[in-house]
Amino acid sequence: MADPVLSVTGLSRSFGALKATDEVTLDLRPGEIHALIGPNGAGKSTLINLISGALSPDAGSVHLGGMDVTRLGVSARARLGLGRTYQISSLFPEFSALRNVMLAVQARQGSSFRFFLPVMADASLRDPALSLLDRVGLAARAHVIAAELSHGERRQLELAMALALSPRLLLLDEPMAGMGPEGSKAMTALLAQLGHALPILLVEHDMDAVFALADRISVLVYGRIIATGSVEEIRRDPEVRRAYLGDAA
Amino acid sequence: MITRERLVEITLVLLLAAVPIAAQLLNEPFYLTLATRVAILGLAAVGLNIALGLGGLVSFGHAAFFGVGGYVAGVLAIHAFNGTPMLLGLPGTKLMPFIWIVAILVSGLVALGIGALTLRTSGVYFIMITLAFAQMIYYFAISWPAYGGEDGLSFYVRNGFPGVDTLKPLPFLLICYALLALGLILFQVLRKSRFGAALQGARQNEVRVAATGISPYRIRLVAFVIWAMITGVAGALYADLNRFVSPAMLSWHMSGELIVLIVLGGVGRRFGPVVGAGLYVLLEYWLGGITERWQLFLGLMLLGVVLFARGGLIGLLAGKPRHG
Amino acid sequence: MSSALLVEQLLNGLQLGVMLYLMAAGLTLIFGVMGLINLAHGSLYMVGAFACAAVAAWTGSFFLALIGALIAAAAAGALMEILVIRRLYGRDHLDQVLATFALILVFSEATRWLFGPFPLYLDIPAILQGTVPLPGGSRYQIYRLAIIGVGIAVAIGLYLLISRTRLGMRIRAGESDREMIAALGVDIRTLYTVVFALGAGLAGLAGAMIGPLQSVQVGMGEPVLILAFVVIVIGGIGSNRGALIGAILVGVVDTMGRALLPGVLSGLLGPSAAATTGSSLASMLIYLVMVVILVFRPRGLFPAGS
Repeated sequence: MADPVLSVTGLSRSFGALKATDEVTLDLRPGEIHALIGPNGAGKSTLINLISGALSPDAGSVHLGGMDVTRLGVSARARLGLGRTYQISSLFPEFSALRNVMLAVQARQGSSFRFFLPVMADASLRDPALSLLDRVGLAARAHVIAAELSHGERRQLELAMALALSPRLLLLDEPMAGMGPEGSKAMTALLAQLGHALPILLVEHDMDAVFALADRISVLVYGRIIATGSVEEIRRDPEVRRAYLGDAA
Repeated sequence: MITRERLVEITLVLLLAAVPIAAQLLNEPFYLTLATRVAILGLAAVGLNIALGLGGLVSFGHAAFFGVGGYVAGVLAIHAFNGTPMLLGLPGTKLMPFIWIVAILVSGLVALGIGALTLRTSGVYFIMITLAFAQMIYYFAISWPAYGGEDGLSFYVRNGFPGVDTLKPLPFLLICYALLALGLILFQVLRKSRFGAALQGARQNEVRVAATGISPYRIRLVAFVIWAMITGVAGALYADLNRFVSPAMLSWHMSGELIVLIVLGGVGRRFGPVVGAGLYVLLEYWLGGITERWQLFLGLMLLGVVLFARGGLIGLLAGKPRHG
Repeated sequence: MSSALLVEQLLNGLQLGVMLYLMAAGLTLIFGVMGLINLAHGSLYMVGAFACAAVAAWTGSFFLALIGALIAAAAAGALMEILVIRRLYGRDHLDQVLATFALILVFSEATRWLFGPFPLYLDIPAILQGTVPLPGGSRYQIYRLAIIGVGIAVAIGLYLLISRTRLGMRIRAGESDREMIAALGVDIRTLYTVVFALGAGLAGLAGAMIGPLQSVQVGMGEPVLILAFVVIVIGGIGSNRGALIGAILVGVVDTMGRALLPGVLSGLLGPSAAATTGSSLASMLIYLVMVVILVFRPRGLFPAGS
């Protein structure tokens, strides 16, 4: 089996007496979608923040492509190829969708101290940005101001911006949150398309999406991973049914 | 298609161009002085528009750069006039292009120092600390007697420009117009550049810019320095207009006036600074002619604009800005 | 420099510090509770001074005048809050800066209109005239000592108010969580007006007390306001303790710098160069202190919430 692109080993973090993350170990293999599910308050947000570098752990380690990044911050991990989207859309509201992605492409190219050439005439920004918008299905909305996009479109735009940084993996924090059934379906299709070119760690509440997309699922309850396995294994796991799926299954 | 904003801009350019002609026809040379003031204050406000309009940096200390530019002009002129060497034995000069370059360098360096420290902070801290730094320079100018201290520094002959008789109001006005035009072009070019995109991005969503790997601090520091350089040139012109510099150019009232200008005109709008400067100078001239208390009415108007008409005059005339 | 002069300058520094504290305490309270930067705080200081001069001229009693000044400044503050400031809480800092700058223009011109362009003068009340001996043989004005005493009393009073009373509890709640306090059913509009008037009253008290030591004139509040900003930057925004310690530090450093620097430098530069360099350097000294503190403690000595 190929080496994992992301591996998390024995990760722990407490807030006072609360063990928000308790010796979590999981990995993300090339080409897979690995879903992380769990009831509210299970510690998913803390785990995401530990992986992205917004929080530092009390114990344990995070490796990106075999490199120990436990001590690095958000922007350093971003430069090493950890792309992410946010639970609440985080965009440049006054820019058009196209300019949002162009700014991310610009950041990727590492060239913000250019003062004269207008960005809109700069094919090295515009072309990749347009093709990314096309890839997430937003090409027709390229010139709409981000603030005026629908909720679902903003999530698509977030995804395009994350992709603009040419990540080695994606960390998606509830990409379906707040979307109607149509939007969820479209996003699921989009992720299915991306997923096998780019490994994705997917945190999601929408079980239909998770079961449709995931190659493997890990279940987080009270900060601990209680099970990891294929969709079928997780569906059948009695402990998972008791602790989490409950009457929903 | 011509947008309403473009229409406002064209009207404004025509108005500015009409002033010298009207002054000639009506034999009112004072109009030229008013237009020169508009151009110079407008140029200073263009600098502010880069930092405030594009970068969202609310400072209360930019008079420091205006005054530093003014003192550069004054000090160089005095040394050239007296034939005495300055610091390091360098001679003074009475040539505007040299003065502008020195003003750009000195105010840029001062801004690099102040910006490096103040941009580590944000929000209210940034406002208070920029104000405090400007005040430090203000008190230094007051207490340093070599260049006039509290009384300021007069120089009797306006500095020169090769091939132009700057002592006449019209050629000097045209020089100021030209620099204002350059400033406006620079603003437009910067706004559309990669740098401008990063600067505006940092204003809209600082965390997101940082997360994509662009350092907001470095972007803002460069914007701060560019702003100071433009403001410094405007200060040098202002000194030449009055043939006088004093600590008043460094005072916090000056900082306030420049912010007021730009807000009256419209923050972040290309011609906002010019509209604001025109409005301000006209108000000062008209209201000041009617009542000594014109600042009271300015204050009330400003309150009205802030509380009820946030787009400034361009916002009222041309509607919301178009993005894209 | 003799030790007597040193003690005298130290007391002068303390007195300046106390004045700055009265300004900074209100500013930092208003920022802490409402998140507002108020440039017009210096105007309230001026209102206090003018009200004091007017009431003193009318009644002949400085103490009545002091009370009058407190009431006038607090009322002006409450009015300012209700008419203008209230609309600025949700706005960005640019709007706050502009609107409060506009208020300065309005207050300054209106005061000039009411009182004319000439400065007013106030006498030190008879009971506080005279001097007391200092160790080392020199003498010190009782009035300045009284100012220091009032300042210390206000600092203690404010501490007790914030830590012990119901109003103080609401203020602390407002500082930590604005939504929470509304949810608790506290009438937040009234609370904000009261806090603003309290800060205004403190500024007015400072202006009134300084009246007998210098002339009462338009624009007197602005230099003090800017020093108060330096105090807040040094002390940490939103912190009462930081305001007190920052104010005393600024007051003492500024006063001692002006008194001592020319003398210290004359050994190095010769007397005439030392006088000019010394006074220039002294006028910049507190800003240099601010820079040093900023480099090592970007959020001030006592950052709020720590």
